[in-house]
Amino acid sequence: MYKILRKRELNASVKLYEVLAPRVAKKARPGQFIVLRARDGGERAPFTIADSDAASGSVTIIVQEVGKTTRLLGTLGEGDGISDFVGPLGLPTHFGGARKAAVVGGGLGSAIAYPQARSLLEGGAEVDAIVGFRSRELIILEDELAKASTRLFVTTDDGSSGRKGFVTDALRELIEGGAGYDLVVAIGPPIMMKMVCELTRRHGIKTIVSLNPIMIDGTGMCGCCRVTVGGQTRFACIDGPDFDGHEVDFDELIRRLAMYRADEAASLERWRDHVCRLEGGAIG
Amino acid sequence: MANMALEKVRMPEQAADERNRNFGEVALGYDADMAAEEAGRCLSCKSRPCVAGCPVSVAIPDFIALLAERRFDEAYAKISESNALPAICGRVCPQETQCEQLCVRGRKGQPVAIGRLERFLGDRRIAMDAEAESSGAGAEAGGMASAAAGGAAAADGAAAVLGGAVQTGAGATAPSGADGEGAASVAVVSDGAEGMAQASAGTAPSGGADGAAGAAGGVAGESAAQASAGPAAPGSRHADDAPAFAAATAAPAAPAGRKVAVVGSGPASLTCAGELAKRGCRVTVFEAFHVAGGVLMYGIPEFRLPKKLVQQEIGQLKRLGVSIELNAVVGKTLDVADLKGEGYEAMFIGTGAGLPSFMRIPGENLCGVYSANEYLTRVNLMGAHRFPETDTPVKRGKNVAVFGGGNVAMDAARCAKRFGADNVYVVYRRSEKEMPARAEEARHAAEEGIVFRFLSNPVRILGDGNGWARGVECVRMELGEPDASGRRRPVAVKGSEFEIGADTVVVAIGQSPNPIIRAALPELKTHSWGGIVADEATGATSVAGVYAGGDAVTGAATVILAMGAGKAAAKSICEYLAAGGSMALETAG
Repeated sequence: MYKILRKRELNASVKLYEVLAPRVAKKARPGQFIVLRARDGGERAPFTIADSDAASGSVTIIVQEVGKTTRLLGTLGEGDGISDFVGPLGLPTHFGGARKAAVVGGGLGSAIAYPQARSLLEGGAEVDAIVGFRSRELIILEDELAKASTRLFVTTDDGSSGRKGFVTDALRELIEGGAGYDLVVAIGPPIMMKMVCELTRRHGIKTIVSLNPIMIDGTGMCGCCRVTVGGQTRFACIDGPDFDGHEVDFDELIRRLAMYRADEAASLERWRDHVCRLEGGAIG
Repeated sequence: MANMALEKVRMPEQAADERNRNFGEVALGYDADMAAEEAGRCLSCKSRPCVAGCPVSVAIPDFIALLAERRFDEAYAKISESNALPAICGRVCPQETQCEQLCVRGRKGQPVAIGRLERFLGDRRIAMDAEAESSGAGAEAGGMASAAAGGAAAADGAAAVLGGAVQTGAGATAPSGADGEGAASVAVVSDGAEGMAQASAGTAPSGGADGAAGAAGGVAGESAAQASAGPAAPGSRHADDAPAFAAATAAPAAPAGRKVAVVGSGPASLTCAGELAKRGCRVTVFEAFHVAGGVLMYGIPEFRLPKKLVQQEIGQLKRLGVSIELNAVVGKTLDVADLKGEGYEAMFIGTGAGLPSFMRIPGENLCGVYSANEYLTRVNLMGAHRFPETDTPVKRGKNVAVFGGGNVAMDAARCAKRFGADNVYVVYRRSEKEMPARAEEARHAAEEGIVFRFLSNPVRILGDGNGWARGVECVRMELGEPDASGRRRPVAVKGSEFEIGADTVVVAIGQSPNPIIRAALPELKTHSWGGIVADEATGATSVAGVYAGGDAVTGAATVILAMGAGKAAAKSICEYLAAGGSMALETAG
C-alpha cells in the first residue's frame, strides 16, 4: 500500500494527494506520470505527477473526480493507502532551450501546467502562465502558478474572475500583442489543446501538448494509448506523453477517450448505488 | 507389462458448448487412476528420446516409472529436479513438438501423454500444499507467503528468513556500501512484458530488507550445502524435496547471501529466481505490474491456465526466500545504478516480449480495435470478464475478427466467444498447415465455434463513420514459394477483396521485447528487432554481471524455453559471483 501523507481539496471536485512512494519521488521529472490502482480489483489509471520530493519520498498528484476510480480515491484520507502506485512513467518534457514560453492550462490541466511552468522558469525562461476555468470557484493553484511564472493570466468562461473567455482568447491577444513566444506548452482537455494548436500553428510557434489517453500498463505493453502523431502510430506511455501538438490527431484522441463512456457511467452508477445503500447516500 | 493401448487415456474436458460460455478450465486433468494407467504405457525404453526433446531435460521415463507405481511424491520430486513449474508446463508446453513427438510409442498410435502426467503431479502437489496450509500445518509457511505479499514488513520478513537460511561462514565477497552487514546482493528484475510482478511495496526501501538479513557472503562448499538446504527449512514442510521454482540440482560453488536482482516475473525470471534462491542467493524479483507472473498472468487465459495456480507456484518461490517487489519498472522506477547502490551484484533480465505489433493498415486506431496484449490483459489481469464487479471494461463484440494464427490469436478468439460473441473469426494469411498455434489449441477453438478464415489477409479496418470499427476488408491469398522461415510465402490474389463484418478487431500478429530496459541501459547490446544479445548457453549479455533470457532474448517463444534460459542463467550467475564478479556498468568483451 502507498500511504497518503497529505490530502487537500483544491475545489469541490479536485483534490491534491501527496503519496509516499520514495522510489518514484527519487526519479520523477516534469512531464512524467504514474499509474495507480485505488483498490484491489480496481482499474489502472494514469495521473500526471504534479510535484515530487525525493527527500520526503512524496509524490503529488491532482485528481478531478469524474468517474468511479477518482471518486473512490476521494473517499480515502490522510493515512489511508492506495493499493498500487507505479512510476515515474513516460518521458520527461524536453523544452528545447526555450527563452520565452507560454504555459497554457485548461481546468485540471492547470495542475499539470504548474510543474512545467516552474521547470521552465527555473531553467531561466520567461514564462507566461495562462490558465482557464469555467468559473471563479473552480480556480485551483492560483498562488502556486503565480510563483511559477513571470506573469499569470487567469480566464473564466463566465467572467466571474480574471479575463472573460477561453485561454485561447488570452493567448491570441498575447501573441498578437507581440509576446514573442518561442514555445507554447498546452495541457488540458483535448479540445482545448486542439484549439491552442490551431492558433499557434498559424503563428508558427512550436507547441508541446501532454496527452492523456486511456492506459492500462503504462509501459508499452498494451498499445491502448496509441495516438496518431504526424501520421504515425505512437504509444503515449513510452513515446510521450508529450508530443508536437501540431502533429497530433486530436479528433482520434477524443474518440478513443470516449470508447468506454457507457461502461464508465454504468460502473459509477453501480458504485453509487452500492455506497448509498451502505451509507445512506453520503456520496453525491 | 506395459499398457499397450494405442491411445492416450482420455483426459476429461468441459463440453465445448458449455465451456465457450464460461472461463473455467477446459481440460480437467487426470485423476490418480487415469494417471497411473497412462504411465503404464511408457516402455521405459533405453534410448529415452523424450528427454532430448525437453528444453529443461526432465528425467521423463524415471518420473513416469515412479508414477506408474503410484509413488507420487517421488515422481514429483523427480520432475522437480529439472522443472520448476510442472503444473504450468503440463498445461502450456507444446509437448507434441517436444517430448511427445519423440516418444517411441508414437510410432504406432499415440505417444505417452507426458504433459498430462506432469500436470497431474504438479496439481497434486499444489492441492496438498493448499490443504496443509488451510489445516494449519503450514502456518509458518503461510505466514511467510502472506507477509511477502504485503508491504514493508513483507520485505523484512522475507529477507530475514532468507538471511537466516544462508547464515554462512567466511564473507568472501566485497562489502557493499549499501548493506550494513556487508553482504552481497543479487536482484532479479523483470519488467513489463514477461515479468509483471514486483512483490513487496515499493515504499519499503530495500535497504530495510538488507538490514534485516544477517547473511554474509560465503563461497565455501559447506556453506553452499547449508544454503541450498536452508531456504526450505524455515517455512516448508518439504525440506527434503525441491520447491516448485527451484530444481534440486547440486549447488555449485556458493554465492550464498549475495544479492541478485531479477527483472520481470514471467517464467524465465521465476525459474531463474528459484534456482538462485536455492543456491543461497538473496533474490529480489522486480515486477512492473501489480501482480507477479508476467505472461502467465496477463497473457494466458484462465481457461487454459488458472491464475490461482500461478499464484500458488509463486507462493512456493516466496517460501524459498525470494522477495518480490511489485510496481517497480526497472529502467524507470529504478535503474541499474540504483540496484548496484542497493548492493545487488548481478542481474537477470527476463522482461519478455510485450510490445505489441500492429498491421500498419488503415483503420487500426478505430475504437473497438485492440492489440491481443490489451485485449487479453483487460480480461486476464484486470478481470474485465467480471466487469462491472471489477472496474476495467472490455468491448463485448457481437462479431469479432482476430488477426493471426498463433496461440495468442486462439486465446483472444476464445475469450471473445466466452463474452457471447455471435461470430468469432480467426483471419490468417496462410493455410491451416502453416498455422503456428498448437494443434490442440486450434482444435479447442474450432470445437467452441471459432470460424477460421485461412488464406485471408486484412488490408484495412472499416469504420462506421463514428470512429468505431464495423468490418474488415481482406484479400485472398495463395501460397507461393517457401520463404526464409521455410513456410510457403502467401501472395495476394488480385481483385479478391472481401469483407468480414466485425465490431471488434484483435490484432494478434506478434510481440517484440519491451524497449524500456534497453533505453535505460544503453550499454546493453540489442538486435535491430529489439531482442537483447545474450549468449545462448550462459545468458551473458554485453554488460558484465547482467544476464538475460526468455522472450526478451529470443522474441516471442514458449514458456518452457524461457524457463530453460532462466535456469541456465542462474547457473552462470552463481559461477560469476563465485569467481568474484560484481556487476559493473562496463561493457564486457
